[in-house]
Amino acid sequence: MLELRDVTAGYDRRAPVVRGVSLTVRVGEAVGLLGPSGCGKSTLARVAALLHRPDAGQVVLDGEPAAGWRHRAPRAQRTSFGVVFQQPRLSADPRLPLARLIAEPLRANGRPVDAVPELAETVGLTADLLGRRPHEVSDGQLQRACLARALALRPRWLVCDEMTAMLDASTTAALVGVVEAYRRESGAGLLAVGHDRVLLERWCDRTVGWAELTSA
Amino acid sequence: MTPPTEPTPGGTVLSVRGLCVRFEMRDGSYVRAVTDASFDLAAGECLALVGESGCGKSVLASALLGLLPANASVAGSAVLGDAGSGAGGLDLLAADERVLAREVRGRRVGLVPQSPVAHLTPVRTVRSHLDETVRALTGTSGPDGVRAAAGRAAFPEDHLDRHPHQLSGGLAQRAATALALVGDASLLLADEPTTGLDRDLVERTVDELRRHTGDHRALLLITHDLAAAGRIADRVAVMYAGRLVEITDAAAFFGAPGPRHPYARGLLNALPERDFAPVPGLPPELGALPEGCAFAPRCDRASEACATVPELTSGVACHHVAVARA
Ligand code: SF4
Repeated sequence: MLELRDVTAGYDRRAPVVRGVSLTVRVGEAVGLLGPSGCGKSTLARVAALLHRPDAGQVVLDGEPAAGWRHRAPRAQRTSFGVVFQQPRLSADPRLPLARLIAEPLRANGRPVDAVPELAETVGLTADLLGRRPHEVSDGQLQRACLARALALRPRWLVCDEMTAMLDASTTAALVGVVEAYRRESGAGLLAVGHDRVLLERWCDRTVGWAELTSA
Repeated sequence: MTPPTEPTPGGTVLSVRGLCVRFEMRDGSYVRAVTDASFDLAAGECLALVGESGCGKSVLASALLGLLPANASVAGSAVLGDAGSGAGGLDLLAADERVLAREVRGRRVGLVPQSPVAHLTPVRTVRSHLDETVRALTGTSGPDGVRAAAGRAAFPEDHLDRHPHQLSGGLAQRAATALALVGDASLLLADEPTTGLDRDLVERTVDELRRHTGDHRALLLITHDLAAAGRIADRVAVMYAGRLVEITDAAAFFGAPGPRHPYARGLLNALPERDFAPVPGLPPELGALPEGCAFAPRCDRASEACATVPELTSGVACHHVAVARA
């Protein structure tokens, strides 16, 4: 279970974009968080994935409070999250061929990288694309690689922040299909943040609106 | 949702025939970004050009504006006729850069860009952008022209002195639309105008574009957002691997009987409000297109006949469309 307890967070302590928000993702559950852009839902997603230290409140992973943020988070906690962001070009090192990009978390954690071809296949990337750098592939192909990277360490939770906002309908359905196949097989939980109600309601077990969360 | 599609009263604004664009790569190979595209666009009409990213639809837009990189070569014609004004008959593909810069971009073709904030100069206010454009395109200057230009796109007057980064996504989009409308161009070209916008803002933006089209302009809406296209288009053109594979009435496409081309059907069915099932596989590389129908490796109806490229006949390019329709 992933719990956000009374989280306040932002980039300026005097004007936090997230105020006193609580949200729980139960084991194996898919929760959609729906809100307009700029509302603070991405900040909350970053807090949930231990990528942004909240000003107040707690993140609790299976009963254990988060013990740090970003690189200070204990490895076991940090690697229990896979995160995919909206803009693959901003979250991919432009110098790395896709195979290296997918392998990043494996290398960083001293794991063998021979899982890469299988990961690539899972997200529908063909072998000829793995040697290309980000500028040589489409947004959709790059986002597939980012999803493969997020799955590399077999996370207990996936956090998808507007993962498909830039993508066409077919690529969107394909990536959501990959996430759901992984969740079925691994039992991982999901926090999917977005602004498209139709998409989140189709994808997730339950969808909460940003307004309900913040007025509670 | 979709406006009724009666035959439009206006004349032809744009007539594209056999448009091909290819890029020569450093190793001497070619990437065929657009192959043999033909379509007409009438005054008062909105044509949505849809397809996956990398299918060539943005290249087509750049070709119409003469904004292709130096390694591109173009064939075919794209004749811009100014219905009623007698100024028509300019082939955009044959025009030189001077004509395009002085007479076409902004004046006869208005561009609503993909990323309005990136399109505007960060250090200048909206007023200064509008002022410059009004002066350049209409020869007049002064606050009235700027106010009128802002008003046309419902850009609030009290935000005119803001810089692009101080605007919300919606207002930045309106500022860009205001700029595109200044020259009173007969063709509006909107290239992914709603990328990254929230759904209600997407709807507002495309509704405004539709409104600006009125009955004397034509709108070419290039988008990967099928819901946005379905909201305002009169006709839909589906592009796959650089070719138009279906071009049809929007009401028939989004309603009954639905798309006829297998790819178009797959794309529409991928929507979360429909089957939410992807078209299997990946689009082919434009530099290494398969022989015959480029969709064949992903098509469940492919047969031997598909080893030759299907012609676009009565709005669809598929050897088995009668089967596909059954
Ligand atoms: S021509 Fe053949 S392969 Fe191409 S879409 Fe039609 S049935 Fe499928």
